[in-house]
Amino acid sequence: MKLEPGVALAELRVTPDRCATARYASASGDFNPIHLDDQFAQSVGLPGRILHGLYTMALLARAQTEALGGPEHLKRLAVQFRGIAVPEQEIVINSIVKERAAERVIVSATVQQQGKAIIRAATVELEV
Amino acid sequence: MALDLQALGHAFEPHTYAVGREKIREFARAVGETDPVHLDLDAAAAAGHPDLVAPPMFVVVYCSSAIEQALRDPAVGIDFAMLVHGGQEFEWGPLVLAGEQITTQVTVADIHERLGMGFYVLASRSTNQRGELVSSGTWTQIVRPRA
Repeated sequence: MKLEPGVALAELRVTPDRCATARYASASGDFNPIHLDDQFAQSVGLPGRILHGLYTMALLARAQTEALGGPEHLKRLAVQFRGIAVPEQEIVINSIVKERAAERVIVSATVQQQGKAIIRAATVELEV
Repeated sequence: MALDLQALGHAFEPHTYAVGREKIREFARAVGETDPVHLDLDAAAAAGHPDLVAPPMFVVVYCSSAIEQALRDPAVGIDFAMLVHGGQEFEWGPLVLAGEQITTQVTVADIHERLGMGFYVLASRSTNQRGELVSSGTWTQIVRPRA
């Protein structure tokens, strides 16, 4: 794959199962009940348990490292969390090369669920 | 919403995290990593790594106690119930492997108010046992005002 401006990296589609937030809470140590308890989440105005923002960011990171063939290629990732992401609905990640300067590649990515952005302004810097 | 700025610039006590193989596997599985360098010792060795490689986003695991300490410090004054994670940035240096010791220091980089909400920006710097900078992070937390 030639990483020139305009080239798209492989799309990643993931449907987190109903245990995804429990698994990520345990792995990350973030046990905020908005991610684990539907009743609590509803009591603070959410539709139910929501995904951890950092979990969706980890999917975005994985889309890059899988496309490039290893974790050593990811040098920088910046995101803004927007909207609400929920379990058991597909997440779609698309990444497109914006700039190339020698070994550095700048990629812009979108992370969507049910057609809405759950991450905004995602910028990735890769080393090739 | 009057924000207390006394914590601005404060540097917290560094925290050291010992990276374990099974924790790397647990995290890798939780985010669906398919690259065997995170899961299989032979695959890691074949790729030139002496032990399992942490996925880049494992940064949240080795930073977590240092970040938590800052978020819950009364001098920072975050209203925890109204907290949302607004933005996140990481830069990575050398890979982190199982068996390493990662030391993270967190500082309060910025506190400001915008659109009636409090923005708390924490900066983290994490170094390995050789003193190499393995990652730096910018953690933006947004605190909504209570109604």
